[in-house]
Amino acid sequence: MKTLRPDLTAIAEMIPPHTRVLDVGCGEGELLEYLAAEKQVDGRGVELSQQNVNACVARGLSVVQGDADTDLAEYPSQVFDIVILSQTIQATRAPLAVLRHLLRIGRHTIVSFPNFGHWRVRLSLLIAGRMPNTATLGHRWYETPNIHLCTIADFVAMSHEAGATTERAIALSEEGRTRPMRSDAWAPNLFAEGAIFMLRAKGLQAASAVSINSGRRPEA
Amino acid sequence: MGEAITFGADRALTLDSGQTLSPFTIAYRNYGTLNADKSNTILVCHALTLDQFAAGENPVTGRPGWWDLMIGPGKPIDTDRFFVVCSNVLGGCMGTTGPAETNPVTGEPYGLSFPMVTIRDMVRAQAMLLDALGIDKILCVIGGSMGGMQVLQWAASFPKQVVSAVSLAAAARHTAQNIAFHEVGRQAIIADPAWKSGAYALHDTSPAKGLAVARMAAHVTYLSEAALQRKFGRALQNRDSVSFGFGPDFQIESYLHHQGTTFVDRFDANSYLYITRAMDYFDLAADYGGVLAEAFRGSKTRFCIVSFTSDWLFPTAENKRVAHALNAAAANVSFVEIATDKGHDSFLLYEPELFATVRGFLNSVAAAQGVAE
Repeated sequence: MKTLRPDLTAIAEMIPPHTRVLDVGCGEGELLEYLAAEKQVDGRGVELSQQNVNACVARGLSVVQGDADTDLAEYPSQVFDIVILSQTIQATRAPLAVLRHLLRIGRHTIVSFPNFGHWRVRLSLLIAGRMPNTATLGHRWYETPNIHLCTIADFVAMSHEAGATTERAIALSEEGRTRPMRSDAWAPNLFAEGAIFMLRAKGLQAASAVSINSGRRPEA
Repeated sequence: MGEAITFGADRALTLDSGQTLSPFTIAYRNYGTLNADKSNTILVCHALTLDQFAAGENPVTGRPGWWDLMIGPGKPIDTDRFFVVCSNVLGGCMGTTGPAETNPVTGEPYGLSFPMVTIRDMVRAQAMLLDALGIDKILCVIGGSMGGMQVLQWAASFPKQVVSAVSLAAAARHTAQNIAFHEVGRQAIIADPAWKSGAYALHDTSPAKGLAVARMAAHVTYLSEAALQRKFGRALQNRDSVSFGFGPDFQIESYLHHQGTTFVDRFDANSYLYITRAMDYFDLAADYGGVLAEAFRGSKTRFCIVSFTSDWLFPTAENKRVAHALNAAAANVSFVEIATDKGHDSFLLYEPELFATVRGFLNSVAAAQGVAE
């Protein structure tokens, strides 16, 4: 099995075995395949690229072609233990609406995204007066799919607006190292390359906490 | 030839129309070997004019079975691993009871006295066949076009028996356009004076012209404009200039005539009427209060829905409707759209992505069920 991208490894570590997981923007299914093999997770995927979808299904994964912006509405509420949106929210047209759907569909929601508050991004704007073009943000401004970039602080503000409680927050370094952070701390917003948040909708704490900790597989 | 099981008066089939069919026979073929714990059965459902001879040589035509590319040792539906069953649909004309068979009450062919059958009736009859074969769990039900309709009906009617379901180039309902094309075909048959109100067998005639026209019209719907243009364009048939007459000047005309005339040798006109009607009546959501997702509520079946970009008969949108309904029911579903210009018939052809999809899906389902490789 190929080694996972560092942010996906960090996400995989957050997921208990035998849970039901929806990976929105699952790409070629690396994370889903890993979770199925290592944690016996009942995984599903949604992916925009039909080519990636076909590759996933040929690998035995359950994936549908779909768009996070338009297709999440059809999913019923609270049917997944965990919903994952990795490195995708910045490419959606309506990030707040997408996040609200994720919080509705899953008992827990994991979101990872590049941090636009990183010092190098700030420096690029400050010194060169140009939009940043870094390893994680490797597109020129007029051709980037990342139309809704945000800083960690921006994301935290939006998660409050979506009615989410932060359960865990992890900072990702350039080298792929992870460390827990306080979501309102100033340092990660300046030094972290990216962040991973585990959220849940407010008012869903008690029952959901049991299922995630025990790793019990809930009924459909 | 294949096998057949006849269900006597004690196993009468009550149809959606309210009528009862008894006795009746289901003709089928099987491939591969049923394993000890009976966990490796794949039920293949055939399309409108196909039959139980899915793989190997078709004993009637002497040609390879219609899915010989897909089914066999080492193929995606691997007969070294799976026990494959394919039966001729109710109302068909390859050994399963249909309008060409003798009505035991009158001693004459049924003709139009044959009761109307539906997709659900076809599935009920298949379920009786599998029961008679001692199989109560199906690893996968798979089929394209009308076969895909049966797949969806199977999953809705018998969710506990169906471990997984693959529907190719199908839909959960016939649209107005689908019904319209079928009606053109039926009217061509009915307008043939040799049809004799369906009693042509008694009059020793055959509505071959009407059936051939029906087939010609239908065949166009199975192909795409791009494929027709690529294959035929405006090329002329055995001539350098147009004839200023109504003979088959163009290659596409000659091709369609060939499709029509070869079809009448292997298909019964009344069967064509009955089976096209069964497809027209199919509307899975209607049985569940008009909400398609309700047909799959609580289903533990694993689904794979496949469409083809150039299929305008059962387009991606109709297939996606099914995938969306399955999502809404929180069912386990994959949806694959395959890019090809070969139209509706793509599911019968060698499409590498289709084969990779079916192979990957079946292997994954079989591994999860502990079916030996």
